[in-house]
Amino acid sequence: MAERRKVVIVGSGPAGLTAAIYSARAQLQPLVIEGEPSSNSDQPGGQLMLTTEVENYPGFVDGVMGPELMGIMRNQALRFGAELRTAKVSRLDLSSPAPFPVWVGDPEAEEPTILADALIIATGARSLMLGCPNEERLLGYGVSTCATCDGFFYRDHHVAVAGGGDSALEEALFLTRFASKVTVIHRRNELRASKIMQERAFKNPKIEFLWDSVIVDIIGDTKVSAVKVQHTTSAETFELPVTGLFVAIGHEPNSALVKGQLELEENGYIRTMGKSARTSVDGVFACGDVQDDYYRQAITSAGSGCAAAIDAERWLEERGE
Amino acid sequence: MSEKIVTLSDATFDEHVKGSDIPVLVDFWAEWCGPCKMISPVLEEIAEEQAGKIQIGKLNIDDNLEVTRRFDVMSIPTLILFKNGEPEVRLIGAKPKGQLLQEIAAYL
Repeated sequence: MAERRKVVIVGSGPAGLTAAIYSARAQLQPLVIEGEPSSNSDQPGGQLMLTTEVENYPGFVDGVMGPELMGIMRNQALRFGAELRTAKVSRLDLSSPAPFPVWVGDPEAEEPTILADALIIATGARSLMLGCPNEERLLGYGVSTCATCDGFFYRDHHVAVAGGGDSALEEALFLTRFASKVTVIHRRNELRASKIMQERAFKNPKIEFLWDSVIVDIIGDTKVSAVKVQHTTSAETFELPVTGLFVAIGHEPNSALVKGQLELEENGYIRTMGKSARTSVDGVFACGDVQDDYYRQAITSAGSGCAAAIDAERWLEERGE
Repeated sequence: MSEKIVTLSDATFDEHVKGSDIPVLVDFWAEWCGPCKMISPVLEEIAEEQAGKIQIGKLNIDDNLEVTRRFDVMSIPTLILFKNGEPEVRLIGAKPKGQLLQEIAAYL
């Protein structure tokens, strides 16, 4: 028999755990299906598990380490009785009104694992890869999506960072602690990153920029030895000898579970209604980066997780549950 | 930490890994690595459940650069399975327990 739960939260980044704190305090005994270990941001604790210092999360004057912040949120959710399960949701069926069948493990199993009266989707976003030749083969051998994990191995090396947003500059600045030189390769001639990050990057003598440039290939037999760069306007290509390439070109939402079941925006993010966390299916709520391609901050994620929990609570109340 | 897990260092690596009768799965990790923290409980479970079949060893890369360089570790977590002292399987990045077990199943 499938287990019946009032609130099931899929995902455990700032959005999922804030939804858990609020719905646990509302006595809804939420179950958080937190994901499984991985190194690509689709994991327990979410993207902050791959960061170091978080300087802009209110309440921490001196900053806080990303994994530590997630540990604190997790403990806070546990304190109020949320249940956390280290597992991955393999399938959801949103075709009939609540309760919604949720599968963990074998998606083909006849019986769902859980029946959820209200469902909160907080599956976040993951790093986009370049999609160029040899990228996958050299992942872990010079290609990385996590500077905080791998920067250490590039002491006195020349490395490249692909991207022009806040994450790219954060990676670049972090890498200057180890690398002798960091080349930021960006496809436009200006950055999308916040002013404070731009200022820090421009001031850093170890960071240089290659503008209007894209990486078209990664070169290396057993490890990265260079990247092939193409200038976007002249179409000229050249090889930049680097031993490491850190990819930070943006994110894509982890919305595959609900694709074809919930209304999505054109870019794959879940569509929510007005100021609320409601989705196109009654009883299903979405929060955090899976529905936000604009702000994408830990604090806005947490805020939307709170909204999702309150929306779910009121929705359950209206149904008389 | 489970008492079934052995802490390895540059000094003790060869003795433990080459001298082991059973395969040794070495976890190259560091304090500052989030994904390393994530797989830590998974390795604890495997150490308990597969005791006698596989030895789990942890090597802190910050303190043990010699072994880290010898095996060309460039990303953590990296797990390397050694059989008779020779590296057989290399797993890069944090992975779920099921997938981990599957990748090393042939050596259990």
